[in-house]
Amino acid sequence: MTFKPKNGTLQKQLAASFSLINTSASRPFHQTTCVHISQRLKREKRRMAEEKGVKLLDLWSSPFGQRCRIALAEKEVEYEYKEENLSDKSELLLKSNPIYKKIPVLIHDGKPVCESLIIVQYIDEVWPSKTPILPSDPYARAQARFWADYVDKKVYECGTRLWKLKGEALQEAKEEFILILKTLEAELGDKKYFGGETFGLVDIALVPFTSWFYSYETYAGFSIEQECSKLVSWAKRCKERASVAKTLYEPKKIHEFVGYLRKKYGAE
Amino acid sequence: MSRSNVVLLDHWVSPYAMRVRIALWEKGVEFESRQQDLGNKSELLLRSNPIYKKAPVLLHDDKPLCESLIIVEYIDEVWPSPPLLPSSSYERATARFWADFIDKKFAEAAIKTWRSARSAEELEAARNEFFETLKQLEEFLGEKDYFGGETFGLVDLALIPFWSWFSAYEKFGGFKIESPKLSAWIQRCMERESVAKALPAQEKVLEFVCMLRKIFGFDQ
Repeated sequence: MTFKPKNGTLQKQLAASFSLINTSASRPFHQTTCVHISQRLKREKRRMAEEKGVKLLDLWSSPFGQRCRIALAEKEVEYEYKEENLSDKSELLLKSNPIYKKIPVLIHDGKPVCESLIIVQYIDEVWPSKTPILPSDPYARAQARFWADYVDKKVYECGTRLWKLKGEALQEAKEEFILILKTLEAELGDKKYFGGETFGLVDIALVPFTSWFYSYETYAGFSIEQECSKLVSWAKRCKERASVAKTLYEPKKIHEFVGYLRKKYGAE
Repeated sequence: MSRSNVVLLDHWVSPYAMRVRIALWEKGVEFESRQQDLGNKSELLLRSNPIYKKAPVLLHDDKPLCESLIIVEYIDEVWPSPPLLPSSSYERATARFWADFIDKKFAEAAIKTWRSARSAEELEAARNEFFETLKQLEEFLGEKDYFGGETFGLVDLALIPFWSWFSAYEKFGGFKIESPKLSAWIQRCMERESVAKALPAQEKVLEFVCMLRKIFGFDQ
């Protein structure tokens, strides 16, 4: 089931889903408190493990969450979608991802899996019979992992600077971002998808960010079509897939969300 | 299996390169290690890793592989015995999560203890971050012999190389690492031939870090 916010509830959704960096510093606990908390967590873990099915803790606009939704859709896996309010994180989220306290988290038969690329690989391994996401050849798999990791390391961080910063810093970020896209485009070459003929890990890793292209272009003042037309064609091909079409939001909706984030971060 | 050509573009002090050496030795794979001069990078390195221009790079039959954890998973798939990753999908995801945590959180915090803190406040923050990540790792280890359970695996291999840097973290971070659980785990790992061979002596690493700090403008 894919969550799509209804028109009119978008503002409410935006307000609820804005996330502050988790600033709760670890405070020293009294030892007895630690033991009680640890026992309670163990009971919760046991209870969670008894639950069957697939649940995804997510945020509608998150490109990382969208990777998981696309993978689940490719594999035709039924799951329960749970929208998280990141300024008031659920106990389930905090319990399932105590290290980072972030979405997405996939909970399969009560057991949580965290970090989007790890979740996608898990989905590929657990439901192998439909549409493989990773190739079978070890070298091709290593290449896929390398480029998915490159997307992780580069696209989000640099893209964020494009809507957050101004002046000199913005110009630098723009140059860097164009270089990142050109590098990815060179790797794509003339292939249909990053993996060749089949839609795979690198496509899944990158395609959610294409909904943010309009915002990046608008705030940084450049055209991705002009700089990387092959990449734009690739994005169009991906959007012809049902899994991608039903998961990604229109760039204008993401742009509204980015506008909200800019106000929050004082970029406007 | 036909004779294959395995070359490691290596660096003796890099914990990331140590991971690859450990993996290859665990699998009993013969390889040629070529020490890289990272101040004067070879054409082979630049050609093999044009994106990051870093070591380690594994060349298997001349095909380059980059990024240590990706290299280690490749090694595990090509030479499956003994396995470095568990067979259950959930446990594999857990192993990948913690190996990634070591990269994202532990290694970042560790670097700060000797490289980026320029004031007492920054050093204090670096120390706290380092201990926090170490505590989280310790909790995950729990009562197990290894991070993966009963056998040495991906997470152990991802973390143990940093042990050779502990003297440097302690000296420049101004702290002492005391953890009986981790000490027992370190000893267990160091008893493995692959690990003992791969890790340089702490004194040598400390010497190297002292030199680097001078270059970065500390300890003038």
